Parts: sequence; C-alpha cells; structure tokens
Amino acid sequence: MGNAISVQDLHFSYPPQNGGAPYPVFDGLDVNIEEGSFVAVLGHNGSGKSTLAKHCNAILLPEGGSVQVFGMDTADEAQLLEIRRTVGMVFQNPDNQMVANVVEEDVAFAPENLGVPSEEIRKRVDDALKTVGMYDYRSHAPHLLSGGQKQRIAIAGVIAMQPRCIVLDEPTAMLDPHGREDVIRTIETLNRENGITVVLITHHMTEAIRADRVIVMQEGRILTDGTPKEVFTQVELLRSAGLEVPATTQIIYELNKAGLSLPLDALSTEECAHVLYETLKT
Amino acid sequence: MLKDITLGQYFPGNTIVHRLDPRTKLLMTLLYIVALFLCKWFVSYGLMLVFLITAVALSRIRPKALFKGLKPLLVIIVFTAVINLFYTDGRVLAEFWIFKITVEGIQNAFFLVLRIMLLVMGTFLLTYTTSPIALTDGLESLLSPLKKIHFPVHELAMMMSIALRFIPTLIEETDKIISAQKARGADFETGNIFRRAKALIPILVPLFVSAFRRADELATAMECRCYHGGEGRTKLKQLHYHTRDVLCLLLGLALLAGVIVLRHFTL
Amino acid sequence: MAAIIEVRDLCHTYSVGTPFEHDAIKHMDFTVEKGEFLGVIGHTGSGKSTLIQHLNGLLKPTCGDVLLGGESIWKDKQTTRRARFRVGLVFQYPEYQLFEDTVFEDIAFGPKNMGLDAAQVKQRVLRAAEFAGVKASSLEKSPFDLSGGQKRRVAIAGVIAMEPEIVIFDEPTAGLDPAARASLLDNISTYQKATGATVLMVSHSMDDVAVMADRLLVLNEGQIEMLGTPAQIFAKAERLQSIGLTVPQVTSLFLRLKELGLPVDPATYTVDAALKQLLRLKGGA
Repeated sequence: MGNAISVQDLHFSYPPQNGGAPYPVFDGLDVNIEEGSFVAVLGHNGSGKSTLAKHCNAILLPEGGSVQVFGMDTADEAQLLEIRRTVGMVFQNPDNQMVANVVEEDVAFAPENLGVPSEEIRKRVDDALKTVGMYDYRSHAPHLLSGGQKQRIAIAGVIAMQPRCIVLDEPTAMLDPHGREDVIRTIETLNRENGITVVLITHHMTEAIRADRVIVMQEGRILTDGTPKEVFTQVELLRSAGLEVPATTQIIYELNKAGLSLPLDALSTEECAHVLYETLKT
Repeated sequence: MLKDITLGQYFPGNTIVHRLDPRTKLLMTLLYIVALFLCKWFVSYGLMLVFLITAVALSRIRPKALFKGLKPLLVIIVFTAVINLFYTDGRVLAEFWIFKITVEGIQNAFFLVLRIMLLVMGTFLLTYTTSPIALTDGLESLLSPLKKIHFPVHELAMMMSIALRFIPTLIEETDKIISAQKARGADFETGNIFRRAKALIPILVPLFVSAFRRADELATAMECRCYHGGEGRTKLKQLHYHTRDVLCLLLGLALLAGVIVLRHFTL
Repeated sequence: MAAIIEVRDLCHTYSVGTPFEHDAIKHMDFTVEKGEFLGVIGHTGSGKSTLIQHLNGLLKPTCGDVLLGGESIWKDKQTTRRARFRVGLVFQYPEYQLFEDTVFEDIAFGPKNMGLDAAQVKQRVLRAAEFAGVKASSLEKSPFDLSGGQKRRVAIAGVIAMEPEIVIFDEPTAGLDPAARASLLDNISTYQKATGATVLMVSHSMDDVAVMADRLLVLNEGQIEMLGTPAQIFAKAERLQSIGLTVPQVTSLFLRLKELGLPVDPATYTVDAALKQLLRLKGGA
C-alpha cells in the first residue's frame, strides 16, 4: 500500500513572540506514514510532535519542503476541504472540540459542514456513535459525560467525515486510566477493523506498545523509528531522551546487566512473565 | 452555588407542544405577545388565559415550574402594580396624604399584572418545551430571508449554539477557580463594595484567559472538521411543517384577530 | 506519631432536596499522621475530590467532622479561615488559577491574604519558588508567558508559600510528559523532607503513589475501601482491579509469576524490590 502521509524535507518555525526570534521546530524533517498502519509518535513536550500533527491536515503549512496526504499537497488551497475530510484530527482537551450541546448534533457537525444530505448524515452519525460505543448517549448533553466518553464523542465526530486517516494529539492526556483504555481500544478498532490509518501522539509507553510502529522525536528530528520491540529495547537512548521505559523492559535490562541473557523485547506483562518463569523456575 | 442557575431550562417531553416545529412555536409566541399588548378588558384577557392554560395542559409542564419562573420578577410586578394603583387619574375611591386610589387605577394595576404574568409564562412555556438547539435552528430558519441583505444569520445562530454549549462548562470552571482562590485565602464575603469588586479580579482574569484559550482551540477544532461558514451547510435535523403546525398557526391568527375585534367592545 | 487530621464519620451529600441529590461521601473515618505521605486513590467519582475539599474547610460536611490538630475546623469562623492556611490545597490543573501580572505577585497572593508584612512575603515567595522549581529568572515575568510545566510550578509555589502544615496535591502530574512528571514528583518529595510537612497526594497513577507514599487510602463509591502501606494494599491486587483500579506494572507482573508458580511476593511494586527478589531466585536456581 502507498503512503497516507508523506513529509519531505519539512522546514517550519513559529513566528517570533514579543519581539523575540522565530522559534524553529523543523529543519528538514522526512517521514512517511504508510496507509493502514497504526503509528505512535513519542517525545517530550517541545519535541515537535504536535506541530507535526498540525501539518497533516493543513492547519499549519510548511515553510520549506512539502507534506502530501494521500497524494494531495497540503499547500494546495483548492483541496483544503478534501484534505481535512480525509485526515481527521482529535485534540487533547475534549471540552474544547465540541460545538453542540447534544451529542448527536455534535457528531453531525462535520458532515453538515460538508453538505451531506440529511438522511445520509443521520446514518453516518448513528454508525459513528455505534463504532465508538456511545450510541445510547446520542441525546445527552456533552458536559454531563466523563472525559473518556467525551473523547470518544470527539472521535465519532471525526469518523462521521469518513476519513482515511485520523491523527490524535495526546487524546488521553487528561483522562483517568479507565477512560484512557476505552479511547485506546476505540482507536485500535478503527485501525484493525475499519482500516483507518492512525497516528497517535502520546506520552504513555503502554499505549505506544500497542501500535505497529513507534516514532520517537526529539528537537524536531526523529530519534528512532521502528516496531515497538525495536524501539523500547533501546533503554539508554530512551532514557537520554527523557522518556520512561516500561517496567518490564527495565527489569529485563537490569537482570541482563547482572549476567542473564534474556530477550529485551518481552514488552507485555505476559511475555515478560513467561521469559522470567522459563529462566528462573527450578 | 452557580450550578443552581437555570438558563432557558428545557423540560424534555413528547407532547404535541413539544413536537411542534420550533418555527411554529416562535411565531406563535410572537403572535401571542402582540395579541397580549392589544388586549383590552376582561374578555380578551380571558381569551389569552384560556389559550395559555390549554397550551400548558397539553405540554404537561407542571404549573409550579411556570410560577417558579415568575419569582425573580415578583419585585417588578409588585412595583408596577403599586405605581399604577396610586398614579392613575380617574374616579377617586379612597384618598390619604399624597396617594389616591382610583377605579381606573385598580383596573390598570390588575390588567398590567395579568399582562406581565401572561407574557412571562407564555415565553417560559416556549423555552420549557423547545430545546435550545431547536430554538436556534428555528430562529436561523425564520431569519434566513435576511441573508439577502447580508445579515449574518448563520453566524448569529452558530454563536448562539456555541454559547449554549459552553455556558455549563464555564460555570463549572468558575466554581473551580473560586475554590482554588479560596484555598489561597481569598476572601469574597467581607469588606466594602470596592474591596469585594477587587476580590473578583483573581476570578475574572483566569476565567477570561481560559475562555480565550478555549475559543482558540475550538476554532482550530472546527476548522479541522471542515467548518467554512454557512455556505453549503446541511442539517442533521431538517425542519418540516406538519398539519399540526398549520392548524396551530391558524389558531394563533384567530386569537390575534379575536383580540383586535374585542378592542371595540368594553367587555 | 501524632494524628494531625482526624476525619470523623464524615459524609457529604450534593444537591440536597433536588432530583440530583447524591451521596459523594458516606461515613468516612480515618486519621492522617503528622509528617506522613498519604496517597489517595480511587477512580473518577469515588469521592476523592469531595473529600480533599473538606480537609481545608472549602466544603462543609453534611454530617461528621474534620479535626485539625485535635480541634474541629468548624469551631468558629476564625478557625475555619485558619484551616485554609494550615492545609494548602493544590487543585488539578492549578495553572488555570494564575492571574497576577508577575510570577512573584502570583505566588505572593496567599501569603498576602494571611496578612504578612512585605519582608515576610518576599522571603516566603523566594523559598516557595525554589521548592517548586520555579526559575529565579521567571519571577518578574508574566505567568502567562511561561510554558505549561513552569506555570504549574508557579501555581504550586503559590500554595506552599503559605507554608501550610499539610499540603494536598490533586493529580499534580496530570498532562505532563514523563520527564516533567518525574522532576515535579522529585520536587514534592524534596519539599516534604526539608519541611517535614504532611503530604496528601491524589493520583490515578499507581506507579507514582506506590513509590512515594507511606500509606495509601483507597476510596470506592464514597467509602474507604482500604487503608494501609503500599505492600498491604497491593497484596490485595485482585480486589483493586475489581473496583476498577489498576496496579503498578511490577505488581501485575509478579502476580502472574506467582500464578505460574515462582516463589515471589506479589505485593512487590518497585523495580528495585523486584530485581532483588529475582536475583535471589537466580542465585538459588
């Protein structure tokens, strides 16, 4: 399959604030996101993750280089709506992305903007709400829902556009563990069952482990890029980038230092338990 | 404490009054208000009262809820009643010091109180039986001819619905900020009016900052969801007039006509 | 150790007499020891936020009482007001309460409300800024020009500048990246050691509270589910999971190892303790 998003030699800096110097973010970034994949982007604050996300649907435009989404150049103003329809975006604060005070009206917002006929909107709204498991809440007021539920409504609002790719910018940062799990499971379903390309920007290793591919960013550059197993076994590199390492990896890493030779890529609790059991059983 | 404020409270239901097209209800309310101001004498007020009672009964809204809405207006009602009672010239019934009570005064005060009560209760019935979103849609649709003269009908409707969406969020936020500042020893309850006004700064500044941040994020989120103004927009729920709407509007016109005719009779 | 906070038969009901009436806290009894670090955990709606707002008198109990140093905080108006200063409360996302022109002024808001003189205020602001990790160069800047992480530190400094005997943090690390999280927790821990303050920390992150807390208070549906040392609490990992809470990753790993038949202690919750046990097993193997 081809690329959903293709970033070539991207240059970008934020305009100067209060008379200061412009704040450079990217100085020649190259990255491709394959269609149908589930990619997690990690990095501490200020590493350029969110700026990259905003380039994916023409909220920000490159100063140099180009960003192509499904073959469309984001700088091409004639295709702006099509680009935004194709690449949906979910943000961190669920409260600040809801427009209407009834759930189904909010989900209908994007198709309404796109001029979709009423009957078709009805169908899309119902389908989207069923996909995220919030159909029973369709006539509720959003401010009475939990953070995780609101975030799933926001996701429904995006999939009602029938996008081919969804970019989520730290969608779980403000949620409790329950809400976080619900949102991640929803994202997984969209990717595995509906074939939607997913770019998940996150701080949580436990979420990144569930992706097909992990990109670690630091100061506007790609520090490392590979499958979760390839990335999370680079303990020293991750620590130097100020990122946490899963406890399972830490344990195996330290045991290896003490003379064992265990596979570092036993990331999940289950895998790690089996590796330890096989080595340590009497 | 702020959570107790009700703004255009809506009581969901599925009665004929709830099901009427919001445009019909808006137009009916308009006809009702016009009729109310044209009312003279007992029969026409009686007609209005019968109309309101019928509508309330059909809507299954508890009359208690409607009277509750009158409570904040009690002072105004009593004030206008007293003014009219004492300051209308005519046949004097009783007199003491500078006050005169006249027959006309009693009549004026009575009709005025009735008029205010009918007005308030009628409009409350509208907001109690129509969801804010339906009201906004109805208003947008009714005002749409004004688009021809470049009146920003869609933008106004969008602003109204966003305001409705964010009022609860901002009220909740205000509560949080008040608690946070109280936890730092802020005192909102003592001191003279200037001190109290100054004590509001630690609440208002964070509230405004937050409102601007929310507005900024919301604008980006709306753009991401392909918002590009009202042009070419469709609606999830399209408004349709039904037979009941036509009948209702005819009834409203009849009411207005009746009231106008009754102006010529002292009944 | 002596009890500093005593919560006696506390309950709180919201919206009494309306259809929305609900009991957020139902008859809670517990004490907090002077100088201890108490972690408070429970899922959303378990009553955590309501509970902590009772400890500095922001909310008035529907029944029961809160004692601070043996004295009811509701004894009279002055005592209630004093409780605000004796118990510092750092709300979730506290950066949204900043309002002054400069960072210094914002941190000084609490001490000024206490009626301290300018010299004392200045001394407290500087000390609090240092504990909270606010850069000295930021003190004359507008708080709104700082990064999110720095703003949060300013807000925290604004509370500890009142030099409360007890500091309550509600989800202090919510939304921060791992590096900022670790550094902020480090600041909190240093602060506690240096001042001997009693600290309560509400958190969703079991990994954070497990390492830092002396004792954990687990809430469920407005009641106390468990109260004990982390080892005691995590020994009941299954119960925690059944009320919708997670356990530290190390604990779930060790639970699984125990199930598989290795002689390990499932109440292990730090990587170091885990390594010790595993290395001992390796030595024995």
